[in-house]
Amino acid sequence: MSTSTVAAKRGPRGDAFKNRVSGLPTPVKVVLWVLFAVFLFALPLLNIPFITTADSDFGGVLFTVATYVLVALGLNIVVGYAGLLDLGYVGFYAVGAYTVGVLSSEHANIPWLWTVPIAIVVAMVSGVVLGAPTLRVRGDYLAIVTLGFGEIVRLTLVNSQWLGGQQGISNIPRPPGAELFEVPSLSWDTGVPVVDLDATTTFLKFGIGDFIPYYWLALVVIALVLVFDILVKNSRVGRAWEATREDEDAAELMGVPTFRFKLLAFSLGAAIGGLSGALFAGKAGFINPQSFELLLSILFLAAVVVGGQGNRWGVVLGAIVVSYFPERFREFADFRVLVFGLALMLLAIFRPQGLIPPRRSRRVKKADERQAALEEGEVHA
Amino acid sequence: MQFLIDNFAALTITGITLGAVYALIALGYTLVYGVLRLINFAHSEVFMFGTFAALWVVMLLGGKAGGSVGQVVFWIAMMFIAAMAMSGLIAVVLERVAYRPLRKRNAPPLVALISAIGASFVLSEAMGLREKIAGWVGLDDELRSYVRNSRNAVGLPDIMRKEPLFNIGGYNVTNVDILVILGAVAVMIVLDQFVKRSRLGRGIRAVAQDPEAAALMGVNRDRVIQVTFLVGGVMAGAAAVFYLLRIGITRYDVGFILGVKAFTAAVLGGIGNLRGALLGGFILGLAENYGSAIVGTQWKDVVAFVLLVVILLFRPTGLLGESLGKARA
Repeated sequence: MSTSTVAAKRGPRGDAFKNRVSGLPTPVKVVLWVLFAVFLFALPLLNIPFITTADSDFGGVLFTVATYVLVALGLNIVVGYAGLLDLGYVGFYAVGAYTVGVLSSEHANIPWLWTVPIAIVVAMVSGVVLGAPTLRVRGDYLAIVTLGFGEIVRLTLVNSQWLGGQQGISNIPRPPGAELFEVPSLSWDTGVPVVDLDATTTFLKFGIGDFIPYYWLALVVIALVLVFDILVKNSRVGRAWEATREDEDAAELMGVPTFRFKLLAFSLGAAIGGLSGALFAGKAGFINPQSFELLLSILFLAAVVVGGQGNRWGVVLGAIVVSYFPERFREFADFRVLVFGLALMLLAIFRPQGLIPPRRSRRVKKADERQAALEEGEVHA
Repeated sequence: MQFLIDNFAALTITGITLGAVYALIALGYTLVYGVLRLINFAHSEVFMFGTFAALWVVMLLGGKAGGSVGQVVFWIAMMFIAAMAMSGLIAVVLERVAYRPLRKRNAPPLVALISAIGASFVLSEAMGLREKIAGWVGLDDELRSYVRNSRNAVGLPDIMRKEPLFNIGGYNVTNVDILVILGAVAVMIVLDQFVKRSRLGRGIRAVAQDPEAAALMGVNRDRVIQVTFLVGGVMAGAAAVFYLLRIGITRYDVGFILGVKAFTAAVLGGIGNLRGALLGGFILGLAENYGSAIVGTQWKDVVAFVLLVVILLFRPTGLLGESLGKARA
């Protein structure tokens, strides 16, 4: 068999789409990106039928989806890039949220905005504190240690009166805002979109009834994290992570200080987890230990793996799948978890690399196929 | 501290009975891990189904509290048969549905974990929604006593009364305590001998050692894996009966935290090592009880996890190391 037949094999459709997009001239790409961003910002106002959740506030759902996306981006650094299986990620999320809670309402009165950087730093430090001793153990052992960490955090929250105990912390201040102008939304009552001037959202007003501004804030944060993610991934650090993930011993022998890079991945992931926790606390205004169950850790990991660990757009999609569908299909509330479990199994079986696998693993797969074809050719020749 | 000294005997006995249950569940994790290098996340649900099977068989045959010794033996035997059969069946089906297709496709291990998590959700929700599911099939009237209030805890009739047998250090050791401890150890010995001496046991060890070499030597890998799941499930069934006799109630979500603990026990002893699972289970049970006596019961689980972290730091492969399979790189 000649290699040309192998090369002639068509790649997945995603590749073709990607090639077409990256072949466009830069100004067109910029315009497309801007349009896409505008669409994302307008999404809660458009009230598109079928997509909109009928049973729960769509702005709130979108905010939840956005926090999942943020968390998945952070966890992707740990699991996808550095290959460290972390089952206790919710611990960092909780650390972020509680730092905000403690500093802004429980024991001090620091404004929300000031507590966010502190929350990021505290989460990062807790990542180092957990990672420094435990990152020497590998694979599944790491999974169980991190799982233990998540539970330790949660049980500490439950049992510490200083942290509010079971009741949690309430009256967390909201993000600072300014009531600038009103944005109307669309209404689809007649089947045709009509601008509804009664249902408006005040720009930059972080109140209790309307969650759309929080969603916008989360979108901005996601964009920033994405830029950071792209920069880090394409740097020396990102390559060191991938080398460590593929073969730790080989990487170490080639002069990569793997432990230091693993710790870096762990703490960066923790920092992003803390940041999303801080956002969550700012929107909810109220946190208690029930918001940080172990199950959430598992859902976060599911988002990363379902989407395609190591591919940032994949994990974004995975996070949307994991968080949006249960909200959308609330009318089947009783069967939500059952169906979700089935979906996880089916996805694992039929898309083992995730919905959008990273380019590298697709390349590896292609190379393997070519190798197999060559070997077969030799046997037959 | 004073509390610990005063109640040392009581804490020790309850810790050991608890540890015995952990250890039996841990066997399922350890066996599967030894052979497949996979955390069988849904094993806790296999256990949960066992508790329900044991409970239902007693309900079905009209078990009542207080009977002669012969009756008690009969009930317990029925519970064992039902629970072991149910758990073994669920474990085998689980392997078939959730893991085998992945193996055929050479999926990365993390994906198997996701599939396991999915299976775990499905199994526990199927039990939690049994009322609704029975309604669909139109059997809710016939099955009323089994399916009603499916989200609540259900209790076992007190078929084996707890009676104090003798007294150690101020604690009345009951017949249930003795049954659980001796029973668990007996089951362990049987399993240990099975893996050591039987043909299938040799197959399990061979696959754990080196799957490819074993396949070349004529070991049917799929069958060995199936047997491994079956054995792990049967052990979980035994654990389910002991748990039910000791605690008396079960729920559709009883498996989750117990599964985490059992896995912790397996890692503690050295995952992939059968005797390690026993040791890990007992240590965990005792440590939890002693620890909670010192720092307060609400910190019980924290003690367990802190212990785990500390042990892994000093002995990254657990206390006894791995023996079912080769040492991991």
